[in-house]
Order: sequence, then structure tokens, then C-alpha cells
Amino acid sequence: MDTDGTNAPVPPEGRLGVRRLVAAFSRRDLSRRAGRRVARPKGGDKSPHSKNPRAASPSVSIRVHPWLILLLFLSTVSAHAARIGDIAETNIWEQALRFFTFQDPSVRYALIGSMLLGISCGLLGSFIVVRKMALVGDALSHAVLPGVAIGFLWNMSKDPLAIFIGATIAGLLGTVVVHAIKQTTHLKEDTALGLVLAVFFAVGICLLTIIQRLPTGNKSGIDKFLFGQAAAIGLTDLKLMAVVTALAVIVVWIGYKEFLVTSFDTGFAHSVGIPAQAFHYALMLLVAFAVVIALQAVGVVLVSAMLITPAAAAYLLTDRMHRMLWLASLFGLIAGAAGAFFSFLGPNLPTGPFMVLGATAVFALAFVFGPKHGVLTRWLRQRSRSARTQRENTLKSIYHVLEAREFQGDGVSLRELAERRRETNEEAQKQSRQLVKHDLATLHEEGNVIFLTPDGWQIAAAIVRNHRLWELYLTNAAHIAADHVHEDAEKIEHVLGEEVVRELERKLGFARQDPHGRVIPNPDDLRRAAASAPRDSLLGYGKRS
Amino acid sequence: MKAPTATSGPASTTGDPPPLEVHDLTVAYHKKPVLWGIDLVVPPGKLIGIVGPNGAGKSTLIKAAMGLLPISSGWVKIFGKEKNYRRVGYVPQRESVDWDFPVSVMDVVLMGRYGHLGLFKRPAKRDREIARECLDKVKMLPYANRQISNLSGGQQQRVFLARALAQESDLYFMDEPFAGVDAATESAIIELLHELKNRGKTLMVVHHDLPTARNYFDMLLLLNMRVVAFGPTEEVFTHELLQNTYGGRLTILSEVAEAVRQRGNGT
Repeated sequence: MDTDGTNAPVPPEGRLGVRRLVAAFSRRDLSRRAGRRVARPKGGDKSPHSKNPRAASPSVSIRVHPWLILLLFLSTVSAHAARIGDIAETNIWEQALRFFTFQDPSVRYALIGSMLLGISCGLLGSFIVVRKMALVGDALSHAVLPGVAIGFLWNMSKDPLAIFIGATIAGLLGTVVVHAIKQTTHLKEDTALGLVLAVFFAVGICLLTIIQRLPTGNKSGIDKFLFGQAAAIGLTDLKLMAVVTALAVIVVWIGYKEFLVTSFDTGFAHSVGIPAQAFHYALMLLVAFAVVIALQAVGVVLVSAMLITPAAAAYLLTDRMHRMLWLASLFGLIAGAAGAFFSFLGPNLPTGPFMVLGATAVFALAFVFGPKHGVLTRWLRQRSRSARTQRENTLKSIYHVLEAREFQGDGVSLRELAERRRETNEEAQKQSRQLVKHDLATLHEEGNVIFLTPDGWQIAAAIVRNHRLWELYLTNAAHIAADHVHEDAEKIEHVLGEEVVRELERKLGFARQDPHGRVIPNPDDLRRAAASAPRDSLLGYGKRS
Repeated sequence: MKAPTATSGPASTTGDPPPLEVHDLTVAYHKKPVLWGIDLVVPPGKLIGIVGPNGAGKSTLIKAAMGLLPISSGWVKIFGKEKNYRRVGYVPQRESVDWDFPVSVMDVVLMGRYGHLGLFKRPAKRDREIARECLDKVKMLPYANRQISNLSGGQQQRVFLARALAQESDLYFMDEPFAGVDAATESAIIELLHELKNRGKTLMVVHHDLPTARNYFDMLLLLNMRVVAFGPTEEVFTHELLQNTYGGRLTILSEVAEAVRQRGNGT
């Protein structure tokens, strides 16, 4: 870690390289900082950051992350100058306007590049998600960091192609090491991934530290690989992104069938002669490409989120692979554009976090409002179900009241209903209004007497029938004691479908009495009676004149 | 001892190569042998059950026969050819896949056509028709557009069978197709297997339930790391042979296998 040999003019300060690096990333312009440091007298470099005991963590593993993120915020607060043009002096609205007029070529590059990387990450991330390889994506993205540094050291400049090649090789090397650990020891994949992720990232950080201290070369922008800066995307970067995205789309398009079957059922794919391993490696290579082109804009730390989040959101919304691919690409594109836009609004804002927040916003929407698996949808469904159960129970109670007086008399008063249900009058009133709202009953005599409509009768009779049929079934067929069956029937009565009811009736020989000796009503009789009865007679049960 | 009948193949005399021929097959997992020196010649048009205790290598045998596993020694020929993918159909264990995977029932059955299509070619209208017919045959056509996670265990197994039917193969390997299915599905499956057999197909079915094995299969392959016996069910389903297959806690073979593994790991 001590690199004094390559760093002659700089005072010796290598013992806490990581700390220095972390401190360094809190500053904006590293090349200027390096220059200033050279001019200082020996030993005078007492950065305030190095005094901070919290930043002095010697750990080079994942534990670095929280500090990096903390310092990222510090850096955004203390930032003062601009990267794209002179944007420091303008306000947010002017910035937004500038963004949407695309007058600045760097804005165009940033936006298009962010969208391209969103597409490729979303597309390939879908396969990562359905193959349950999310952690692999994370490890791969951290493993590319040393490759970035070596690509830079290759000819001491931020040459996109050299960095691309270096990073891809490092990423693939990481996955090979994971595989090797898994094959030769009894350690499981998650352990191997955690190990490789940390050590590659550590090596990358060390190499970046060395680069920061090199006296020569144009180092500006190399620090952006940690958290991403879309504004740093150049024309060459953009070309590379276009090539990789096109490649990903074409390969997935051509090999869709093969990627699908190898992801779903590897053994079967193999048995029909598809080289499953080859497609697995092809996919990993494409993922490595996608990660590497995304590095510049998203940063090593967060790039795996661009693989996972859009795909996860898409997975919540559809259950077909091809639709998931489209949706994930679209979400990636939206997240990329959002990240580019928001990071442009303020001076020197990192792009990666904004992209991830954008993708997560899409995910949150899918999570809450998704038509099938959405939390809100499920809650609404649950609520309407329990409201229906409530209505059915009220109808049943009205039926019971009428049955108790052998269906004589006019309607059912609220008081009778409340007594029957052992509730207050207000409760009964509330429930009767619900029935009226659904055309199951009408209220008379200032809302104190309830008359069921034919529909209400139908449902009331059906629920009572379901309840008694089920009780009978439990006592007859399952030999459960008659006093045990009521509770169960209370639940089952609401879920029995017509088909099951027919079968139960058949099985029970169309019995007309439940285990407690009460009549099992037949809604069909009611229907026939309703058809022949005079309109206002309400079947002669709870009649009114 | 090995293979009392049927291996001295009358099939080879007709000139047609046997559906499956296995010679001196040894397979090892992590250097521990699971199958030792398997020799097997399977006659055509039979419904064959593969039975044996847990860890006997039943699944390993069919996987190795299809080339899904690296083999340590020996060779496998299907209709006289190695890697004869087009003539093999496969029903894997139901638990081997993720049933939340975003595909429809139809998508899964269409995968049965992939072997015939070859690389990078998309299923055509004809393939969809075949897939639909196969779904109809297992009475799952009404579910064609459902996502596979909405199916019961028996329905999932029927989908896998429909996929195998869509492969239009001559030799089928099935890994525990009766595991965890309802009685109706079980009888539907056995009916289907007999129909396939009557059309001249050869079926090798891994089965774990001895009592039903006796009724279901024409021939039995009793397996416990080696072939204990292979022949017509009535000849092989004897107390002595079953004792040989299931009896004894550790056979000498598995003790030796353990020794080989430890040597292989350098201890």
C-alpha cells in the first residue's frame, strides 16, 4: 500500500492510504488538490479529514461503504465549482431549462448515455433476477474496480476503451474466482461472493489511491467511477455504450428462446442439446459489459442496483418473460434519464444515487400499485372481501330473525337485527345502510324497518344454505361432532362456489335438514317464487302491502 | 447376477440399435463414485421402472445417460449414437425448477419443441399446434395461458409431461413423475405412459414406491450404485433381489466409495 517510490514529490503519508483516499473523495477536484499538496512544505499536509477518528477505519472491506456514502454527502455540501459549463451561479429552474433544450453537447451525451445504460442494465438484469443471481451482479460490479484502475494506468489517461477492457477482465476474473472457490472447497456461493466482492473492491481502492498520488497524467474524473457522474460521459464513452447496448439487445433477441429455457430449466435445456453453459457465460459476459459501460455514470458502488431494481419492478408487474424484458428496459431508461436530469440540477451532484433513487421510485410504485401483487391492490381486495362478508352476515341475521318467527310479519326492525347480532342499534343501522347501498334491502318507517330485495333474499338464503350444508357435510362425511361444526361453517359459508355446492348437495342426497334440525333453504325455489309472485309481495316472507 | 435377462439383447439381432445401451458407466460426484460399472441394454417398447433406495443413483443414471453429468468412464449410446438429443424426451423432477418463473403453461410446453427447432430458430405455428395437442392430451389445454405458479402439484406434473410429449421422442426419461401428485393425476399419467408404450416408445421412469412399481411397469431396473437386477417385473420383483437392493445398511460398495472420496481429497 505504501507507494512512496512512485510518488517522490509528495510527503510520505502512505500509512493510512484508505483513509486518505476516503478523504480525497470528499474533495471535488483531485488534480488541483494534488497540485496544491506538492507546493506545500513537508509535513504540512494535515488534512482535517485525517483528524477525524471515524474516517480512520483501517478496514478495506465492505465496511468502507457507509463512510464513502457519508463523505459523499459532505462533498456535495462543500462543493463549489461546476463540471458542465459554469452552472454554479444559475438556479435550478434555469438548469432544468438548459437540460431540456439540450444546447450543451455534454447534456446530450449524459442523457443519451444514461438512457442506453438503463436499457442494457434493465434487459440483462431481468435474467439476473429470474436466475436468482442478484448477488452475482453485486460481486461482479465491485470486482471491476481494479480493472478500471489498471485500464487507467495502462497509458495514464482516462481512455474509455482501455478502462472498458480492464474492467471487463477484472469482472470476469472475479466470477471465475467465485466459481473456483465454490468448486474446490465446501464453502457455499454466498460466502465466495462476499469474499471476492470485498477483496476486489479493496484492491481497486488501493490502486485508485496510487493513481491519486501520481504526479503526472490527467487524473480528473477517475474518482467519478465510485459514485458516477453522467456529465463525465464523453463521445467515445457514448459510442461504446451504444455498441454494448445494441449488442445486448441483438444477442437477447436472437437467443431469447435459449436464454429462456436455460434460465428456467437448465437440465432440460441441456437434454435437448442446447449448450446451457455457453449461454450462461455469454450472459455473464454481457452483464459484465453492461456493468462496465454503466460505471462512468452510475459508479461501482451502486451499479448492481441498476441491474436489479428495474428488473425487480418489472417482475412485480408481469408474469411473462418477454414483457418483463420490455418493462425492465423501459424502467432502466426512465431511471437513467431521471438520474442524468437530477444530477444536472445542482453543482457537482453524483448521478448514480439519483438513478438508483429513480429506479427505486418505479419499484415503489409497482410495489404499492401493481395490479396483481401490489400492496395497495391486495389491501383493497382484502377490504372489499371483508365488506362483502360483513354484508352477507347481516343478511344471514335478517334471515334468522325471519326464520325464528316463521316468516310472519312485516320486515325486520333495526332493534331485532341488533339483538340478533348482539350489537348496538347504531351498528345495525350502519349495516342496513350498506345493504341499501348494494340494492340488497330497502328501509322503511324512517329507516327503522328493513325489507330485503329479491337479490338480498337470494344471497341470504344462499349463505344460510352454504352454512347448513357444510355443517351437515362435516357431521355426516367427516364425522365431526355437531357442536363443533358451527365455527368452521361460519368461514366456509362465504367461500363455497356454486359448483362445490352442487357437489355437496349430491353427496348429501339433497338433504333438507341440517344437523340441528333446521331447514336448508333453497335459493332456486326463491328464484322461482320471485318470478311468479306479485312485484311488491317480497315472496310472502317479509311481506309489505 | 447382473441383468438376468434382456441384456443378451435380441434387439441387436434385428439390426435396429437398442434405445439405450450403457457400457461400463461410472459416475462420481466430487470424486465419490455414485454409479459403478453400469452395463445395460434396454429393449424397445417397454415401460421400465428404475427403483432403489435413496442415494442409489437413480436420477444420476438417467442424467448421465442424457449427458447432463460428466462421466468418469464408460459410454452411453442412444439408438446407437452418442448425444442423440432429438430422440430423447426428459421429465425432470418437479422441484428442480422455480415455479414462480415468469412463463405461461404454453411457453413451457413449447420448450419441448426446442430440440427439433435447433439453435436460434423460433417456434412456428406448427409447433404451437403440437404443443396445444399435447396440452389437450394431459387435459391442461384450458390452462394454456396461465402463469405456471397458479398450478397445483398435479397440474405442474401434467405440464411437464405435455412438454415431454411435445418432444416427440422415442426414448423417455422421467424422474419421479408420480411424486406429490393427486390420485387422479397419477392414474392419468400411468394411462399416458401405457399409451406411449403402445406406440412403440421406450420409457424409463424413476420410481420410489415399491408396491405400485410392481403393477405399473413391464420391467424393473433394481439399482443400488450398481445394477442389482434388470428384467421383466415378475422375474425381478423377488424377495431376494429386493433384499439385495434395499437390504443392509452399508454395502461394501458404498464403504469403498467413501474411501475413494477421502483418498481423492488428500486425507
